[in-house]
Amino acid sequence: MSMQITAQNFEANAKKALKDPNLRKAMQIIGGPMASRRVETARELPEFEALRDEGVKIKTHVLKHIDLYLEKFEQQLTARGGKLHWCRTSREARETILALCRSRNAKLVTKGKSMVTEEIGLNAFLEEHGITPVETDLGEYIIQLAQEPPSHIIGPALHKTREQVAELFEEHHPDYELPNVPGVKAGPRSTEPQVLVTEARSVLRDTYFKADVGITGANFLIAETGATVIVTNEGNGDLTQSLPKMHIAVSSIEKVIPNLEDLSTILRILARSATGQEMSCYTTLSCGPKRPEDKDGPEEFHVVLVDNGRSEMLGTELEPLLRCIRCGACMNNCPVYHSVGGHAYGWVYPGPIGAALDPHMIGLETARHLPNASTFCGKCEEVCPMRIPLPDIMRWWREQAHEKQITPPLQRWGIEAWAFAAKNPWLYRLGARVAIGLLNLLGKDKGKFTSLPLVGGWTDGRDFPAPQSGSTFMSQYKKKGQKSGVTK
Amino acid sequence: MTSRDRIFATLRAGLKHTVDDPARPAAVAERINRRTPNLVPQRAQIPHAEQVALFTAKVEALTVTVDSVPAEQDVPGKVADYLARHNLPSQLRVAPDPLLQNLPWSERPMLQVDYGPGRSQDLVSVTPAFAGIAETGTLMLHSSATTPTTLHFVPDHHIVVMKESQITGSLEDAFARLRDKLGTADKSAAENWPRTVNFVTGPSRTADIEGVPVLGAHGPRRLHIVLIADGTP
Repeated sequence: MSMQITAQNFEANAKKALKDPNLRKAMQIIGGPMASRRVETARELPEFEALRDEGVKIKTHVLKHIDLYLEKFEQQLTARGGKLHWCRTSREARETILALCRSRNAKLVTKGKSMVTEEIGLNAFLEEHGITPVETDLGEYIIQLAQEPPSHIIGPALHKTREQVAELFEEHHPDYELPNVPGVKAGPRSTEPQVLVTEARSVLRDTYFKADVGITGANFLIAETGATVIVTNEGNGDLTQSLPKMHIAVSSIEKVIPNLEDLSTILRILARSATGQEMSCYTTLSCGPKRPEDKDGPEEFHVVLVDNGRSEMLGTELEPLLRCIRCGACMNNCPVYHSVGGHAYGWVYPGPIGAALDPHMIGLETARHLPNASTFCGKCEEVCPMRIPLPDIMRWWREQAHEKQITPPLQRWGIEAWAFAAKNPWLYRLGARVAIGLLNLLGKDKGKFTSLPLVGGWTDGRDFPAPQSGSTFMSQYKKKGQKSGVTK
Repeated sequence: MTSRDRIFATLRAGLKHTVDDPARPAAVAERINRRTPNLVPQRAQIPHAEQVALFTAKVEALTVTVDSVPAEQDVPGKVADYLARHNLPSQLRVAPDPLLQNLPWSERPMLQVDYGPGRSQDLVSVTPAFAGIAETGTLMLHSSATTPTTLHFVPDHHIVVMKESQITGSLEDAFARLRDKLGTADKSAAENWPRTVNFVTGPSRTADIEGVPVLGAHGPRRLHIVLIADGTP
């Protein structure tokens, strides 16, 4: 029971999304300012491209020795008083976390932003077992109120307009009083982001202090020191992990890196690629529970490391995906994502990274449309700080879908027939001559077709021009060649 | 077979071509203990005086305010000015750090100073920092008996008192300094590693509503630095 999957309905999801005016407005922000901020900060750092190469080098090296790096991380974490829990599946991870929460009789859990907890479907599971998880990242908090999945890996509520956020707050905070007028209920909300942020801040304040357990993600695991690292802007992750008695960091095995120098290198490309900042506001290394002399911090520190199929990607065509640092640049720059938004992809990871990763994680049968949700413009690979060949991987998935007969028969036969013709030029030319001749015969008078069988996708939106002569390019080329003396 | 064993078995199956190479463990140990930085941007490799100027320019661009003072005894006055400027009550929650405890707070009798970790009612905290990183205008702070880290996140206003000599060029410089400080005769820096290290770059912010940048999400709304001009280390 992880997050509800609707990837199999991608086509219908996308059609619906294209008609949603709020989504259209929201997507302009992602394709506009979010994408251009990356370009600006990257330009201000002359070494940006070289740093990307260094980042790729680090991650490629780690993947060759990932078993040894994970062992070292475990050894160091344990020596600092932390506890590592290895989980092969989502289910195992959920049960491990529930058992940890129960060991402290937890009723209330605060959560920092974590895509892996979305992946394992943690919130619904905790709720079913009588524990209330409260998301504290503003975007995650908004979608938790709206009971929706995230639509973007770093801006989970970017599909919501300010008006929608104001409505949600009105509905869910009936007792909220404006900060400067105590005793008076806030009533209809201003839609100013600053005002809405203040409201979320004040509503969540007590929760941080009351929570029994704080759960965060981790962007990196450092083998040298045994520390987990979170990278955030709001400060919610730090409040979540420093105030309750227990901190659980939920992460996945591919996040391990060798040492602090490597962390420094990757941090330089992470924030620039994600939000266009030089550094995110808060980068925090956590390493074990509070020391005996410390005056604050959690008494227990647990790291739940989830595999969920990642180990199987090693040594396959999918291995480069294990370099991903979850910055979101690929979706910020993807024309398909800009058109359909994140929900259409129907699972936790949307955009190009989702199109390449989701088929492995939820099955190609279910996610078969996602590798097709691409124009192959190559922009995702161009902006990926880890230079992951996303289009190649999507193409590989298409081949897999064809070979495993997951693609519908009509499409498969069509492609096979076309491939056969393409490999036999005489047949291809004959086919082209027949088709052109026929189109010319039927459409010459009108000059265009408003509908044609098999190409409804084209004629739904525009006319198909009718060829005005019945001859093909090749036959015209031959004629011309004879005239000008050019021979083939 | 435990889950741990099964995960490692799958990983090692994926590494089938190299997994038995006897040179691997040594290569990994060397890599972890290598102290040579990867590529460090030119902008960080500058003389100390320029690092101070770059640090100041970078933090100010992030809306952080900076007061430069010639000596430690001038700090309480600047803190009091800050409170007055922002119409804040004169209560300070201060890190029980020797530098801060030895400041002449009593010269400002209006200030109510108490020491300890951050509490929900605290509006203003005063803490030291371990280092300032010029490259991005980032503060490096860490937990210890005298520096509870809740002071970095809970209050609305975070005032940092630090010295110019604590400013470094790059992230790597700051980590190298921390390793030097933590390593002891019988224990490595990693063995003495603090519970948490916090890098703070400007006040708390979010752009989660329509991508509009807003300050003061959950952490401090404002960050102020009192910089003691003690020169080059």
